[in-house]
Amino acid sequence: MTERTAEPLLRVTRLFKRFGGVTATDDLSLDVFAGEVHALIGPNGAGKTTFIGQLMGEIAPDAGEISFAGERIDRLSTPARVRRGLARTFQITELLTEETALDNVALAVQAGQGHSFRFFRDARRDRSLLEPAHEHLAAAGLAERGGVRVSALSHGERKQLELAIVLAARPRLLLLDEPMAGLGAAESRRMVDALARMKGGVGILLVEHDMDVVFALADRISVLVYGRIIASGTPAQIQADPQVRAAYLGEGDA
Amino acid sequence: MVDPLKTGGAQRSALKLLALAVLLALLAALPFIATATGQPAMTSLATRIVILAIAAASLNLALGYCGLVSFGHAAWYGVGGYVVGILWRHHVSGEPLFGFIPGSDQLLVTLPLAILVAGLFSAVLGALSLRTSGVQFIMITLAFAQMLFFFFVALKAYGGDDGLIVRRRNALPFIDTRDGPTFYWVCLAFAVAWFLLMWRIVNSRFGKVLAGIRQSERRMAAIGVATYRYKLVCFIISGMGAGLAGALMANHARFVSPDMLHWTQSGELMIMVILGGAGTLLGPAAGAAVLIGLETQLAAWTEHWQAILGPLLVLMILFTRGGLSGLARLVRGGRND
Repeated sequence: MTERTAEPLLRVTRLFKRFGGVTATDDLSLDVFAGEVHALIGPNGAGKTTFIGQLMGEIAPDAGEISFAGERIDRLSTPARVRRGLARTFQITELLTEETALDNVALAVQAGQGHSFRFFRDARRDRSLLEPAHEHLAAAGLAERGGVRVSALSHGERKQLELAIVLAARPRLLLLDEPMAGLGAAESRRMVDALARMKGGVGILLVEHDMDVVFALADRISVLVYGRIIASGTPAQIQADPQVRAAYLGEGDA
Repeated sequence: MVDPLKTGGAQRSALKLLALAVLLALLAALPFIATATGQPAMTSLATRIVILAIAAASLNLALGYCGLVSFGHAAWYGVGGYVVGILWRHHVSGEPLFGFIPGSDQLLVTLPLAILVAGLFSAVLGALSLRTSGVQFIMITLAFAQMLFFFFVALKAYGGDDGLIVRRRNALPFIDTRDGPTFYWVCLAFAVAWFLLMWRIVNSRFGKVLAGIRQSERRMAAIGVATYRYKLVCFIISGMGAGLAGALMANHARFVSPDMLHWTQSGELMIMVILGGAGTLLGPAAGAAVLIGLETQLAAWTEHWQAILGPLLVLMILFTRGGLSGLARLVRGGRND
């Protein structure tokens, strides 16, 4: 378990978001400590991706507070939050499909180095971009695939590339939106290995359906149903919670 | 232009360099070829193509590389032209513009001013337009450009509808710009400089950000790039290139009129970019050459030339996949880079 005496890295307090008649986020409070893996599980349509969107500033919440490292961030733009150390992966991959895997990561490295108003030097030969990019590709298990265009990568490889790109942002908190979705058995194993290696180094909010992965990696688990957290605790507590079993875990086991 | 890293193999990049050098030599020798073959009008036609290639290449930076489908590019082109025209008018009358800006007939004064003014206009209107995206962006750039068009139509002090005649080309020290071939070489030099600049830009960090924005703005935001300011700077550079082209065209034609800003001119520049290959370095130049060449040739045959040109363009764009650059790729053996 992680040390709990310190201030949490991420603190979400009483977040609300409504789309017409649907309450996507309903009085949601949650925190993630530095170095902790906090898993967020829940059935489809529970509002998990909407929640990540609000954390990143892609969707504006109706009410509530989001603090990161002690600072209110809920009014900041997405790039400003990224600069403070938040990064997300996309459930449906969001990549530059005409570029190579390496170029995708190199661009993320570049973005992390400050502004890009440099008009003359050739970015494709810039070792300060390429070397870190190679490292992050390797860390995500794509060392051999750097020169391949994204459009020629498999679904699993694209998921790994998503991971390499967020690593390049050197985040303090990683928001992973279903990193396992659609992966084959071998790809899943590689992804779990990559995540396990990262564990402890950064805070992770893990949205995932694969319960084996969640129970293997998470320090804490929160269960989201209809935008509301119905339970939060250690994996053992969650597994034992009757409400959770009924609402969610039971679905598959019954 | 040359792209040594991507071509892989020094041999291919050397071949490309050689081809480029031959092309440049041919372009430089064009006035002599024109005289030798008894077609002196060719030089004037080539001057137009070279100038429009600058305008198309600048539009390509926004449209082809950054994905900003600006339908008002002719506005900056026309503004550049009017800077030359208005400064000429004040040079002749001796009255300063706004009471304090003296007129000028010096290319070294008018050209930088045209670039600057076009840049200012595109900065202001770009800052507003770029708050939208997609179809709205296309419509708002078109609307702003038409607003400027009607502004110049109504500007009776500078000829209104009839435009302005620039009786003599702007002068350069030691160079006789009134000589057709000489002015062609001047324009060619500016075009080469502009394409070199584009080549550096698209491969720079800034250029990589533009390409990223075209492919996924959401991804760019997620890696921490505030995309708006990059799009705006791209839009301004693009407008400045059009201003340069417009100023050269005003000198070449010795005439400016609101037609330079008309939306059909924007459309023509777009056709050049798409025909040549959007997002390729030399595509816009090829597009300009083919479009202007075809227009001239077909117009010589029949007055209904547009009826032939239209379907021809549609077929070319449909079957080459990626314009003339796509065609060149097919010929070279379908390499996909």
